[in-house]
Amino acid sequence: MKAGRGFMYNLPAEMGGCFVLYAVYWLIWRHNDRKRPDIENPIPPNLTANVYMNIHEYQGKDILKSYGVRIQEGIVANTPEEAVEAARQLHEQTGTKFYVVKAQIHAGGRGKGGGVKVAKSFEEVRDLSKRILGMQLITHQTGPEGKKVNKILIAQDVYYPGPSEPKEFYLGILLDRGKGRNVIMASTEGGMDIEEVAEHSPEKIIKEWVDPMVGLQPFQARKLAFNLGLEGEAHKEMVRFIQALYRAYVETDSSMFEINPVLKTSDNKILAVDAKVNLDENALYRHTNYADLRDITEEDPLEVEASRSGLNYVKLDGNVGCMVNGAGLAMATMDIIKLSGGEPANFLDVGGGANAQTVEAGFRIILKDPNVKAILINIFGGIVRCDRVANGVVEAYKKIGDIKVPIIVRLQGTNAEEGARIIDESGLKVYSAVLLKDAAARVTEVLNMVK
Amino acid sequence: MSVLVNKNSRVIVQGFTGSEGSFHASQMIEYGTNVAGGVTPGKGGTKHLDRPVFSTVEAAVKETGADVSIIFVPPAFAADAIMEAADAGIKVVIAITEGIPTRDMIYAKEFIKSKGVRLIGPNCPGVITAEECKVGIMPGFIFKKGTIGIVSKSGTLTYEAVDQLTKAGLGQTTAIGIGGDPIIGTTTKEAVELLMMDPETEGIVMIGEIGGGMEAEAAHWIKANGNKKPVVGFIAGQTAPKGRRMGHAGAIIGGADDTAAAKMQIMRECGIHVVDSPALIGETMLKALGRQVPA
Repeated sequence: MKAGRGFMYNLPAEMGGCFVLYAVYWLIWRHNDRKRPDIENPIPPNLTANVYMNIHEYQGKDILKSYGVRIQEGIVANTPEEAVEAARQLHEQTGTKFYVVKAQIHAGGRGKGGGVKVAKSFEEVRDLSKRILGMQLITHQTGPEGKKVNKILIAQDVYYPGPSEPKEFYLGILLDRGKGRNVIMASTEGGMDIEEVAEHSPEKIIKEWVDPMVGLQPFQARKLAFNLGLEGEAHKEMVRFIQALYRAYVETDSSMFEINPVLKTSDNKILAVDAKVNLDENALYRHTNYADLRDITEEDPLEVEASRSGLNYVKLDGNVGCMVNGAGLAMATMDIIKLSGGEPANFLDVGGGANAQTVEAGFRIILKDPNVKAILINIFGGIVRCDRVANGVVEAYKKIGDIKVPIIVRLQGTNAEEGARIIDESGLKVYSAVLLKDAAARVTEVLNMVK
Repeated sequence: MSVLVNKNSRVIVQGFTGSEGSFHASQMIEYGTNVAGGVTPGKGGTKHLDRPVFSTVEAAVKETGADVSIIFVPPAFAADAIMEAADAGIKVVIAITEGIPTRDMIYAKEFIKSKGVRLIGPNCPGVITAEECKVGIMPGFIFKKGTIGIVSKSGTLTYEAVDQLTKAGLGQTTAIGIGGDPIIGTTTKEAVELLMMDPETEGIVMIGEIGGGMEAEAAHWIKANGNKKPVVGFIAGQTAPKGRRMGHAGAIIGGADDTAAAKMQIMRECGIHVVDSPALIGETMLKALGRQVPA
């Protein structure tokens, strides 16, 4: 916290603006991956504003390659037999003598977690593949439970000896919200956690903002390459690499590229050893072929189920479930639960169309969580009428049958009194409230009862 | 006074004849907004909701003298609609559409830079000047003419604040929903600035969320400009876990600096009346204005 704040606020005001945003951006995007990258996925594009689809390394590399970005070649495999076959093919195609076995999960830090190993023979490819496929890979981004490895990428060895030393770099492309422009970030500190570089030696990160009207200019790519200390053939290669990479970023409607490391090989080629690619879901209609890239096994099953019902759900660890219309109010409701002595068990936004079906689906999802001791429904009716929501709650309640936890329904806005009356007269174990304050007090009350 | 829209605003609806456009246009007309007509390419010359339909914004502006546009065009065509409005000389463009590709918005934002236009949104509930002019999708009946301006990233949470202000007897001047997308036309700071300059606005409610630096930027501006009016602030997402997206794209807690706690701290340091509970917005504004809080 201290380092970040100081770094942001010691800057001159006019620089501060951009720095603040993108320091924060950076952190957002890094941390975003750190825990559960799969949350990026489960929301259908029609529900929320800007959602990003996360894809695997091998898929990202395929996309890059199709735009002429040089990559570390590889072949994806689902079984040890496929892995050996992949290694054979790779040997024929590239002449590589070693093979890198890379676990494909939506999380970084795979190497440190034991998900990336080098094999020196086909036999070793088989052994390592057996070990890695099916393992529960734990990295700093997966959480303690880890992630199951279903696919591996067999990749060529690119760190071979030659006339010069191999050198790793970092390249990232993302949106600078404050400027409304894409920014390319590069660093000589390749292979390192870029967030740490940003915190401890921000001067080692160089940036080029791209004017959307004219696109990336050659001088910008040259500048980046020179500032990375490259010369000769490697410099030329890097310029081409950056230009192709930026074109891929724009034309695929990506929302983030992170190539870490970018490698200068011992014979002065520049290539992507890893590729983290997030696609803008709102633009997927322009790229219908990318829809197949989604890997649903990387997502939380409850969240996937919720998204099928048109709900935006995120599972949390608390004891009070909630169902709310609107993302901001949903977060505010979680805050109210905490202030009332509980802990939110989830985030659940039913969106603009709260009706009997969505309420029922919401109930069912919340009730699957055994930690839930009470449920707070908070609907601010605008176009949605509270009496209809109330009827929906009563109907869903009766249909589900044995709801054992107390439910607090706070309805405000259009036809709120009528809604409260329906709840009160239903004879169900449901408490009604009109003011947010009252709803908060009810939560405290109910929690004291169940304790 | 009020800001952005008022009873003299002449409003056109882009995406007028679609289901969303039709529904909300009729709601706006019912509220008393001067809806001068609408635009649906190819339907020029017809009538809808008793108002003329034009095929281009240019024709609509020429015929009706419209100065405000509201956009209900589907996401794939919405950025184009924004640019068309700006090009036709519309001064305030309010984009309701949710789900516009980021790349399209980058181009649109760049295009409108030189056009002297104010864009609100996209992905926002719109703008309303209480009892005068609603250019948005908010429930009109909760608003009451009064003295408090509202700036908010979120829809229903805005309604919550509005409702409390109405019940507290303070009412509203103008409520501005700035939207939750990565690229928006008007930032929190810019919206706060408008309300600070408005002589009728006596206090401001600023509602933010986790993620991004806009609230901190607004808070620093408020302090630097002498805290001329009391500002009550709330940041949704105090309990949101790190790294999880909460509905809005921007609503992800990243590093230490865009957590709710960090933002609230900055806002407090800048003299903003920060509430922990969104249930306290109304009464905190009463206190900040030195008024009696009813028991």
